[in-house]
Amino acid sequence: MNMQRREALKSTGAMGLFGVLVAAGLITPELAHAAWDKAAFEAKSMEDVLKALGAGKPADSKDVQLSGPDIAENGAVVPVGVKSALPGTEFVAILVEKNPNMLAASFTLPEGTAADVSTRIKMGQTSNVYALVKAGGSYYMTVKEIKVTLGGCGG
Amino acid sequence: MSMHRREFLQLLAMASAGGMALHSDFARAAGAASSMYELPRFGNVSLLHMTDCHAQLMPIYFREPDVNLGIGDMAGRPPHLVGDKLLKQFGIAPGTPQAHAFTFLDFAQAARTYGKVGGFAHLATLVKRMKASRPGALLLDGGDTWQGSGLSLWTKGQDMVDACKLLGVDVMTGHWEFTYGAERVKQIVDGDFAGKVDFVAQNVKTTDFGDQVFPPFVIRQINGVPVAIVGQAFPYTPIANPRYFTPEWSFGINDESMQEHVDAARAKGAQVVVVLSHNGMDVDVKMASRVRGIDAILGGHTHDGVPAPIVVKNAGGQTLVTNAGSNGKFLGVLDFDVKGGKVSDFRYHLLPVFSNLLPADPDMTALIAKMRAPHEARLGEKLAVTEGLLYRRGNFNGSFDQLILDGLMKMKDAEIAFSPGFRWGTSLLPGDTITMENLLDQTAITYPYTTLTPMTGEFIKTVLEDVCDNLFNPDPYYQQGGDMVRVGGLQYRCDPTAKMGGRISGMMLNGKPLEASKTYRVAGWAPVSEAARDAGGEPIWDLMTRYLKDVKTVAPIKLNLPELHGVAGNPGMA
Repeated sequence: MNMQRREALKSTGAMGLFGVLVAAGLITPELAHAAWDKAAFEAKSMEDVLKALGAGKPADSKDVQLSGPDIAENGAVVPVGVKSALPGTEFVAILVEKNPNMLAASFTLPEGTAADVSTRIKMGQTSNVYALVKAGGSYYMTVKEIKVTLGGCGG
Repeated sequence: MSMHRREFLQLLAMASAGGMALHSDFARAAGAASSMYELPRFGNVSLLHMTDCHAQLMPIYFREPDVNLGIGDMAGRPPHLVGDKLLKQFGIAPGTPQAHAFTFLDFAQAARTYGKVGGFAHLATLVKRMKASRPGALLLDGGDTWQGSGLSLWTKGQDMVDACKLLGVDVMTGHWEFTYGAERVKQIVDGDFAGKVDFVAQNVKTTDFGDQVFPPFVIRQINGVPVAIVGQAFPYTPIANPRYFTPEWSFGINDESMQEHVDAARAKGAQVVVVLSHNGMDVDVKMASRVRGIDAILGGHTHDGVPAPIVVKNAGGQTLVTNAGSNGKFLGVLDFDVKGGKVSDFRYHLLPVFSNLLPADPDMTALIAKMRAPHEARLGEKLAVTEGLLYRRGNFNGSFDQLILDGLMKMKDAEIAFSPGFRWGTSLLPGDTITMENLLDQTAITYPYTTLTPMTGEFIKTVLEDVCDNLFNPDPYYQQGGDMVRVGGLQYRCDPTAKMGGRISGMMLNGKPLEASKTYRVAGWAPVSEAARDAGGEPIWDLMTRYLKDVKTVAPIKLNLPELHGVAGNPGMA
């Protein structure tokens, strides 16, 4: 990360990151809107989320990488990222098993976009976090445990 | 063992048989014993490693733990060996100075025999000798250097910064340093350290864009060999300590970025790559198995005095993992023989710093005296006398912690008390006076607030389970280091081998089971939340001063320890 990128992002701060991406033609408002799936975001269980997304039973895949801390520094903003090496990845979702609503984020990727997304999620407690990916018409998944602790008492 | 040292040990044995005051004989035998520090030079690249001195400028006593359990893959593996098991593993003869340095065995008696350990004036002499015999050697400081004493707290680490510059520290990383706040750290790193000490940390990045806060590594030439030192700060600083000190910095373990920096250092021509780490030893061992291209991880944080490195195989070859104890008690000496652009062989020694065997360096003595002078009266204030041994280190409790718990419960009128499982804090021998300096050795932190909190039985169980998982999670990446929270008033059972939620049971208060829905008065200190800071409870040292002056004589302490299950025969327990 160089200072120029920081400055560029700062100077467009008023527009917001989303606005920048829209302006750059990376995400169209229609696409973003289409990604909003009320039923999926309100689902309380894994089964309901997968059903609402029409994902069936996703296969585990090593081509899907979920990155995030082992122990969250701040449960309110846990940085997580998903990379998919599967050709034709068109959709990425992040699910937090122990959150009241499991689906934390979803991304719809236009054709030809590198499948590498990151965001910050809120977690109330230690939980498995899943990355769900749709590629070539099929769904794939990977999991990582992220711990949320009371803190203190170290070293 | 060299002849010189054998002679020295015979001398000691004779003195002991003659019933002489061993302390002075030990000092007199210093000439013969100095050979302990006469290490023949090996290879062409040497690194001296100190870590976790916790601002102990003066010689001290430090009792090693009698409980340091390893769970899962870590069971029975260094550093999870104590007492006789540690001696046997590393071939150290019982009843020797080394046995005293590395274990708790016969601690009070052996401490009287061999005297104090550490002290920067004595460490300085040893560093000078090692640098003289090993031209070009670098001195690396693994951190937890600026915190742990009254003087360091009152000077915001300036005493240690000045002492480390005089000692000749070349490269440093950190943990408790960050509890002085981001601004103070930057002030020292960019000011005092500029052009003298490189502060490196590959895993400290800004929370917004992930920019490096410090250089991830530095490359130094040692006898013409480019050597990279990559920094790894304590990954869980904003979790184990208050996040408000470094709100704009993110930490974490970050294997991938470690690999990138190691690769970058190699690409820049480094023939030796070492990581100066504050991960803790179990985390270092796991990291060594996953990251390629590191010749050695010189580790700290867990305060393990481990006499020999663990050799970890990985996809890139092998990585040595060491841990160099705490409180200025040890100096690690790693010698590499670098041939044809890579490490071909090594020697490692973890030297105990016996203050009576190493004459004080005059320059360091003068600096320390000057820095202490304005504070001597306050440091020397007498609070009480202890009849028993006071120490902290151990997985579940230490006698000084029990003293703090007793003080908290009495002064806060609480039924239960919690005290953090810190691993720093010096030891006092039976009959010693407890001074303000000794009390601050256990308590000198920038968030010293005491608290009194109503907690339900259910929440108390949650707290114990949470901290226990930070200590005994079978995956070291989910551990934070530190020991189990010390518990006063409440009895419990603990099975370290169980899963989180199932480790704590049988909680009893005054002979009755703890009730999940009932609320109890729980005292504590060192809270990490901003709310607790803003509430501003009485500093722990003020509360304990009142308590100790009231008690006057501290009777031998009875530890409140959990009943342990699932760990019978574990060599991490005496």
